[in-house]
Amino acid sequence: MDIIKTENLVYKKTDAMTDKALSYCPGCGHGTAHRIAMEVLEEMGVIQDTIGVAPVGCSVLAYEFMNIDMQQAAHGRAPALATAIKRLWPSKYVFTYQGDGDLAAIGTAETIHACNRGENIVIIFINNGIYGMTGGQMAPTTLPNMKSSTSPYGRDEAMMGHPLKITELIAHLPGVHYVTRQAVHKPTEVRRAKKALRKAFEQSYAKKGLCFVEIVSNCNSGWKMTPNQSNIWMEENMFPYYPLGDIKVDGQLVK
Amino acid sequence: MALKGKIVVDTEKCKGCEVCIPVCPTEVIEMSRLVNGKGYHFMEQVRENCTGCTNCAVVCPDGVITVYRIKV
Repeated sequence: MDIIKTENLVYKKTDAMTDKALSYCPGCGHGTAHRIAMEVLEEMGVIQDTIGVAPVGCSVLAYEFMNIDMQQAAHGRAPALATAIKRLWPSKYVFTYQGDGDLAAIGTAETIHACNRGENIVIIFINNGIYGMTGGQMAPTTLPNMKSSTSPYGRDEAMMGHPLKITELIAHLPGVHYVTRQAVHKPTEVRRAKKALRKAFEQSYAKKGLCFVEIVSNCNSGWKMTPNQSNIWMEENMFPYYPLGDIKVDGQLVK
Repeated sequence: MALKGKIVVDTEKCKGCEVCIPVCPTEVIEMSRLVNGKGYHFMEQVRENCTGCTNCAVVCPDGVITVYRIKV
């Protein structure tokens, strides 16, 4: 029986992603995060009305892969650029896509002030606890005792400080409407993250404030593991420190 | 009513990360012994009891999997 027919198609890569091969390492969560963001925009029918801002880091080439209008910001400055785009062109859906080195380290000021101003943009924050592109250095989000190339004996909290929970930090700002933490390593998590992204795009467009979606991801190359090992390590170590779920819904902190 | 699925893999774009293998409920995916142009072992459907659940396609970071499904 011939199953491969157009009418039997149930899933194919969205046309909102280009056909270029992704520059990410095998198994990296970035690819899935890119794709679900584009799927959400396609399902909402707003591909033509969306402007994304790419960061600096592994996902600096996001504009090559996302088949929408994109800008690329200086390191950490994506929320500032997105602020300008959204204010000058309020009829557009505007989002930034940033990693933890970009958003939680060099871009902390821009992130916090854009959140505090309550800009009507979406921030997609990929947290893998490491600087991936530059070779696995320690990031602000690196876990205690986690090894990286600049903390080869593990992160010593007395000397190197504590992991920064920036998502919880910005959730307390009144300009932020919706804050959630998701993952993309399993089908159920991917589907949940998609729903969260859709909610974020809709609510920020409705001028309710800034919507912030953190996606806890793996960095198998930086963590020196196979992709599946890194997903298990992420469940065992990242999720206890960065628990998944909504942190702020409709402007109210959860719990 | 049973569901029968079939996956089509863009073997040249598959990076052989194997993330699709543990999420398959019917264990129909294995890595090929062959390699693609980049030298990666690509994934392939090796058994016929695929249900077309799309789990593998949903988690594939590179979006190389297309899923078809029929009711039989």
